[in-house]
Amino acid sequence: MNARLHEIRWHGRGGQGAITAAKIVAQAAYLKGYRGITAAPSFGAERRGAPVSASTRISPQTVMVISQVEKPDTVVVLDHTLLKYQEVTSGLDRGGWLVVNSQQHPKELNITGDFNIANADATRVCRELGLIIAGLPVVNTAILGALVHATNVVDMASIEAVIRERFSDSMIDINLAAIMKTFEITKLKKIR
Amino acid sequence: MIAAYPITPQTPLTEKLSEFVEGGELNAEYVAVESEHSALTVCTSASMAGARTFTASSAHGLAYMHEMLHWAAGARLPVVLACVNRAIGAPWNILNDQQDSISQRDTGWIQIYARNNQEILDSVLQAYKIAETVYVPVMVCYDGYVLSHAEMPVAVPSQEDVDKFLPSYQPHTILDPANPKNYNLVTLADPRVNTEGVLCHGYMELRYLLQEALQNSGEVIIRVGQEFAELFGRSYANMFWEDRLADADIVIVAMGSLAMEATVAADMLRVKGHKAGVLGMRVFRPFPKADLLKALKKSRLIVVFDKNISYGSEGATCSEIKSALYGSGVNAVIRNFIVGLGGRDVKAREMADAVTKSLPLLKEGFLNSEYPEWICYI
Amino acid sequence: MRTRDCKHICDESSPGIGEAGKTGEWRNSFPMIDQERCTPSRQNKPACFLCWLYCPEAVISKTVPVQINLEYCKGCGICSQVCPVQAITMINEEELHPEEDTQKS
Repeated sequence: MNARLHEIRWHGRGGQGAITAAKIVAQAAYLKGYRGITAAPSFGAERRGAPVSASTRISPQTVMVISQVEKPDTVVVLDHTLLKYQEVTSGLDRGGWLVVNSQQHPKELNITGDFNIANADATRVCRELGLIIAGLPVVNTAILGALVHATNVVDMASIEAVIRERFSDSMIDINLAAIMKTFEITKLKKIR
Repeated sequence: MIAAYPITPQTPLTEKLSEFVEGGELNAEYVAVESEHSALTVCTSASMAGARTFTASSAHGLAYMHEMLHWAAGARLPVVLACVNRAIGAPWNILNDQQDSISQRDTGWIQIYARNNQEILDSVLQAYKIAETVYVPVMVCYDGYVLSHAEMPVAVPSQEDVDKFLPSYQPHTILDPANPKNYNLVTLADPRVNTEGVLCHGYMELRYLLQEALQNSGEVIIRVGQEFAELFGRSYANMFWEDRLADADIVIVAMGSLAMEATVAADMLRVKGHKAGVLGMRVFRPFPKADLLKALKKSRLIVVFDKNISYGSEGATCSEIKSALYGSGVNAVIRNFIVGLGGRDVKAREMADAVTKSLPLLKEGFLNSEYPEWICYI
Repeated sequence: MRTRDCKHICDESSPGIGEAGKTGEWRNSFPMIDQERCTPSRQNKPACFLCWLYCPEAVISKTVPVQINLEYCKGCGICSQVCPVQAITMINEEELHPEEDTQKS
């Protein structure tokens, strides 16, 4: 367990499930034994397709910070087209992780910064498994595989426990499969 | 009995309650009303008929309840209302500040502010016990989105424990066809003798009793907080939260979730060698003047952050603090910062900066300014 | 005696004669019943009672003969309007007590 506060910022588009992902990870961290947990949307009037963000804070002690995350330890990007916005990687700490859903290799993303990159094509995983709702691949659970691969803040067992609790029976297996597959295909690019 | 009209960011609360009622998990009547004014009217009526009642609103919805807020207090009905704090237009805004509930502070309601989600649940349970003891309605206020849409661990007590803590509602008066009464009719300025020859209150005596009830409610609020601690292990035996006040000569005052962020600001100031502490307002009405004086005795600089303002004057908490300190011998420098209106993010480092910026005033012997500072881009 | 002795914490009143005070003092004209015309009196049995039904102050008795409690009658005149046989006439109080008014002016 990390002894200090770990902050994750999520970037996605309205409808992709960034806020749900933030909450799943928070709950998983709680199951893992962390007692200071918060998960919150960054508050705007969220609309389908519009850039949205959310945050998860994980700490062994009660989290007293309630303002927006300024210096995330980890940034998860559900839609790589958002990488063109400077605020997506803003404040990402040295040694932190940028977890991106993209078909490109981390080296091809053309992002430079003092952080590690984890990359997986969660969209393709969802298409192949048929994890599609209203015509769109739902990548918010799949990308958790890449997050678990890159960081040790939550583990697969607690993520699985949350999926089994939160989702309806018919959706459990497909979501777990998407997470496992994304975990396997995640590529890492570490800073030296 | 629950009567509520949906408004952002209160909506998730009332949606969940209606699910509980519909699913048979909550033994309550859910009345779908056509407005907030009606929501509170249904609550006051049901309360007079002997029901325990709940409603919730935000911003414009709470403003629309304004008339009935006065009525519920004047009729001494122990309604509990959750105010999910949101900014009021114009211009339209759905995000958090505390202008909505502060604008209702003179309606005769007890106001309790929660710092986190656990405190929301705990405060609602205590609110019923307080309200049904002193017969004053209670507003439990919590920050919209910041708390209302955030997930954090919450311990949910068992029904058995709650039943042990909270006895059933005993109305002071009850509408009963077998014993017909008229309540809250036109009551003129002077007392009157009723048909039994008893001298009854005029309007002013009834309003005196409301003030007296609020003045005396502090003891009840603390006692209920102690009883809650004994059963559930979480203590609420104070009207405000104290963080490192024992040796603090710099005190940050904030209310609601901002009182948590303030402790992080105090951490930052402590690292720099300042003896900073936090006074987190929990109960705003009744305002705990006497207790507050004791807690602020050592303070030399008090920096009050308000997510509200009485336009043309200053933040509501700041006014109260100044009023409490008058003539007390505590000659602290008092600074007021207006922050976080309309959901503007308030960061701990900004609060710490505001305190640092105020430090030179100590040397200048400056006591307090007429108007507040704003943390904004103007 | 102080008002606290009533033990109320909100305004409360019970139904009773005179709960609103001696409302007869509000009156500037009063109803006079002509028992020769009034139906119950003429038939010497309970009948009609429209005045009893319509009186907003409940000061008219459902008896034979019909009686009006002038201590509380506000003099609104509804009874005289609804009487189907014009048995009730409103009489100006000044006509009854001309001396008092002279003194006042």
